[in-house]
Amino acid sequence: MAACALELIQISKRFGLVKANQDISLCVPAGSIHGIIGENGAGKSSLVNIIYGFYQADSGEIRIQGQPIKIQDSKQAIAAGIGMVHQHFMLVEEFTALENIMLGAEGGLLLHEGEQRVRQRLAELSRLYGLEVPLDTPVNQLAVGVQQRIEILKTLYREARILILDEPTGVLTPQEADELFKILRALKADGVTILLITHKLREIMAITDQVSVMRQGKMVAHRVTAETSMPELAELMVGRKLQQSFERLARPTGELLLQVRDLTVYDRQGWLRVNKVNFHVAAGEVVGIAGVSGNGQTELLQALAGILPLSSGEILFAGQTITAQQPSNPARMRDLGMAHVPEDRHRMGLVLSFAADQSSILGYQRADKYNQGWRLEESVIRHEYAERAEQFDIRPRDPLLGSSHFSGGNQQKIVLAREIGAEPSVLLVGQPTRGVDIGAIEFIHQQLMTMRNEGKGIVLVSVELDEIMRLADRIIVMCDGMITGEVSREEANEQILGLLMANALGVGVNEQPGSSA
Amino acid sequence: MKVAHVNQLLSIVLLPFLNLLTAFIVTTLLFLMVGIDPWEAAKILVKGAFGYEEGIGYTLYYTTNFIFTGLAVAVAFHAGLFNIGGEGQAYIGGLGVGLVALGLGALLPAWLLLPLAMVAAAVFGAAWAAIPAYLQAYRGSHIVITTIMFNFLAASLMVYLLVNVFAEPGQMVPASRAFADSASLWSWQEFMAYWGIEFAASPLNLSIILALICCVMVWLFLWKTRWGYELRTVGANPDAAIYAGINPKRIIMLAMLLSGALAGLVAVNELLGVQHRLLLGFNTGYGFAGIAVALMGRNHPLGVLLAALLFGALYQGGAELAFEIPSVTRDMVVVIQGLIILFSGALEFMYRAPLQRWLLRFAREA
Amino acid sequence: MQDAWLWLILSLDATLRVATPLIFAALAGLFSERSGVVDIGLEGKMLVGAFTAATVAAVSDSVWLGLLMALLASVGFALLHGFACITHRGNQVVSGVAINILASGLTVVLGLAWFHQGGSTPPLTQHQRFTAIDLPFAQQLADVPVLGLFYSELLSGHNILVYLALALVPLSWWLLYRTRFGLRLRAVGENPKAVDTAGISVAGLRYRAVIIAGVLCGFAGAYLSTAQNAQFIRDMTAGQGFMALAALIFAKWRPWPILLACLLFGFLDAVAVRLQGVSLPGIGLVPVQLIEALPYILTVILLAGFIGKANPPKAIGLPYVKDR
Repeated sequence: MAACALELIQISKRFGLVKANQDISLCVPAGSIHGIIGENGAGKSSLVNIIYGFYQADSGEIRIQGQPIKIQDSKQAIAAGIGMVHQHFMLVEEFTALENIMLGAEGGLLLHEGEQRVRQRLAELSRLYGLEVPLDTPVNQLAVGVQQRIEILKTLYREARILILDEPTGVLTPQEADELFKILRALKADGVTILLITHKLREIMAITDQVSVMRQGKMVAHRVTAETSMPELAELMVGRKLQQSFERLARPTGELLLQVRDLTVYDRQGWLRVNKVNFHVAAGEVVGIAGVSGNGQTELLQALAGILPLSSGEILFAGQTITAQQPSNPARMRDLGMAHVPEDRHRMGLVLSFAADQSSILGYQRADKYNQGWRLEESVIRHEYAERAEQFDIRPRDPLLGSSHFSGGNQQKIVLAREIGAEPSVLLVGQPTRGVDIGAIEFIHQQLMTMRNEGKGIVLVSVELDEIMRLADRIIVMCDGMITGEVSREEANEQILGLLMANALGVGVNEQPGSSA
Repeated sequence: MKVAHVNQLLSIVLLPFLNLLTAFIVTTLLFLMVGIDPWEAAKILVKGAFGYEEGIGYTLYYTTNFIFTGLAVAVAFHAGLFNIGGEGQAYIGGLGVGLVALGLGALLPAWLLLPLAMVAAAVFGAAWAAIPAYLQAYRGSHIVITTIMFNFLAASLMVYLLVNVFAEPGQMVPASRAFADSASLWSWQEFMAYWGIEFAASPLNLSIILALICCVMVWLFLWKTRWGYELRTVGANPDAAIYAGINPKRIIMLAMLLSGALAGLVAVNELLGVQHRLLLGFNTGYGFAGIAVALMGRNHPLGVLLAALLFGALYQGGAELAFEIPSVTRDMVVVIQGLIILFSGALEFMYRAPLQRWLLRFAREA
Repeated sequence: MQDAWLWLILSLDATLRVATPLIFAALAGLFSERSGVVDIGLEGKMLVGAFTAATVAAVSDSVWLGLLMALLASVGFALLHGFACITHRGNQVVSGVAINILASGLTVVLGLAWFHQGGSTPPLTQHQRFTAIDLPFAQQLADVPVLGLFYSELLSGHNILVYLALALVPLSWWLLYRTRFGLRLRAVGENPKAVDTAGISVAGLRYRAVIIAGVLCGFAGAYLSTAQNAQFIRDMTAGQGFMALAALIFAKWRPWPILLACLLFGFLDAVAVRLQGVSLPGIGLVPVQLIEALPYILTVILLAGFIGKANPPKAIGLPYVKDR
């Protein structure tokens, strides 16, 4: 094996109380393509941002070509020959490609001094690696794939020998992704070392030489790509937790509560996120939606909750038909009996500056029981919160404590208590145990199971496979906005789910989202 | 002591106090710089503001205006909006008062005319805020800029109307004719006399009761009703608001209409209470002072009330100071106002990081 | 015909005089806001500049020293704005408002304490202020038909600051679009993170932009008190800082359109003064206030998206914080 082009020794980093990286060690052999794979929030991004000098590690050492080096800002990283293509491009959209590439490497006080040199060098680079881009068009008029090439050119123009790509295919069509891989192979052939950060198993298998797996801020495994498999990596990524069983009433599912037909949803940036999805939920069942995060589950959940508009297809719920022409909204969905525990409780589920009891009526502030004429019934709200706090063991009990002062698990209990307390017929749940301590996880799972046993329908979106397998009666797997398969509780295991999550069976490969066809 | 408590202590007590202290220290330095004994000045100021009945009357009369504009800024702020247009909204509120008082003054009895004029002040102020609000909510035009522009538009409009429509022939000063007697709010002196209590003559009038009612109403609205709840949700976390089924556009309209209406009520105090005619520039400075009042009062009605009282005292005491010491004008108060906005507003967090570190270390050792 | 020409030339001449401080201040706003820092405080910095220039010129007998000190004082306030907005990530609008109010009070308080003239500074003598410069042959060419008047009345006979303001427009354009500094400045107002990851200091760039804004506001202020007028009078900026802000927005944050917007606004002002009490045939009395308000009305209409679209710098008003 070649010497390490980039070596990390015991890198640790915390943000407040969150340990983003713990004792990360890694050797990236020169001239290879090295993958780092892990779930969202596993600490991949913060790790590469440390390498690029955007954050400072709390402890640990970075070595470039065997030499220890201090990287305190991006300038030093660039000087050390490190280039980075960020997940969200670092381009000035109003600027041309040329201006973007020159920014920070202008080659003189006046722009025209460096311009000719840049053009020449870029012409060479494009020839060498097949990186054609129009230099004089504003970037916001260029396709995302082209923008990415500009990002790569930026690093190459600065003579980067180590290239970091953070989730490079997240915004690309499969065709564009293939183009990217071609370019990466050409770069590798030229001796550039590449570090590829992704959560997509297929990419790891397709292009990398070695792969390292991260989970919850730790590096849990290193593998030679040729000697591993997707299921093994999926298992390493997700990890295993102890499974205790709990009471699951064996009962026939009841009436049909929610039906989704050919649902298609675009996100606010205009990307196709949910592509002709069909499924249904009956009374007394938990339908789990599995998938690597970012494959449309978020948007599916938001569309069901009335937050994102439908583009086409229909949702049948509580005797109502919701379509693009007859849209709904979150307030109406709640009235119809759909409750929603959002994936991101800080962004949506709570108002962090509100007291806990105030956060506990969010979305139900107009409910009759909380209002007496023009007045919010504070005593009712506080009394109800006190009951829920008791029932859900929310600590501390203080109803006046600011929502931001609770731990993640207790914040989630506030949200869950609110949504379960609304006595919905269908409950949408996104990532119910993300950032939640083990004890609270048990409790939350128990609550969801009780709801199911009482005959409610639950849609559970989670990236935690064991959570899905533990709770769901049926499991639907999403990849690239489509449903790639459905397995019953009895059939489900990590191998099958892993394959479906990677869409190894190739569902709908001829009609991928975003393709021009 | 826990982290949560440290933060609470910091943001509710320590930081506002330190910020205000800094503003006053700089003021003291300024007094020294212009050769005035700050202690002497402070004594004159306090005595002028609270030392005798007429002074108190003036202090509370100014306070009334500051309550209105301070509440106006605070309400908008809770919805995440910065309303710099209080100045113009107050001015146009005056137009509403003028129209009612001049147009219907001869026809209606006081008990009908006065409430109508008050409603007109609020409605006209709200209408002047409605346009920037609409542009922000539905066309994305930044409300800070549009409300600034609307201050100037209000000024131009009022000058035009006063010169060309309301002015009495042969008058040098552009002002309307005097309102009918029925359009005159009781002064405090008259009010107290009704109860058989003697009170010195001053511009203080019944508007202050309206202002206090507004404080209570704003407090009730923001914290005790579902609309206030929704308004605060939009201001604190727009994503959560959408999740909760709240339409942020409608909340923007609601918040700005209320804000404009409150600012418009300045005209009640000034025109119905004191001037009894529509005139140029009766609003000058109150809208901007409202920003300082709201920032200092941390956008809470009780805080606004206290801050307004402080500013009222500064205004009245400042006038007294200018009278006693010829080399000082009331503009000193404007400086203090600027310093408060600077330290309590823009530099709000200056002391936070160092204090937090220090307090946490203290907390750990304890 | 001759009369109409003379009227127009004189109006344009007045336009230039009124537009000059607007140009300085709008360019100041251009640099600040293009770097992402909102500048509501143009008005206040102008006022400080005007006060300092008149004070120092009166005391030191040197208009140039007055100008220099005006620039320094204005930069001082600009740095205060930077300290609040860049270093402490305070609210940029609040900081601007504070600076305006502070300036409005401080200039009067200090003026009164130092000069005892009701907040004004002593009147300046001819050599304590910037006076008109006659361009070569202005007198001789005055009688040449049509163009003579144009040259002698409109082009010639302004003080040096007027010419400087005009020269600053192409200079600002060149600085913004043809230099490394300009490229980086524009970038930091659009996407500070891109600048940060390119290894350039965001705060450093923004401080430089804010200082330039201070310098330019200093010029604008000095013009008001030592060129256009011959003393400082309380609140003599009278909203011109906000007018400049309107011009900046109306010009969609670009140098050449700023010149045009300032000239347009200046022209409206000059015309308004000239139409005061004049009854135009067919129209009757023109409401002067309407003409004066036009700049603001136009700006609001533009902001509402009815005349093209105002595209402010994307990162404007947002303090730069690295993630987390």
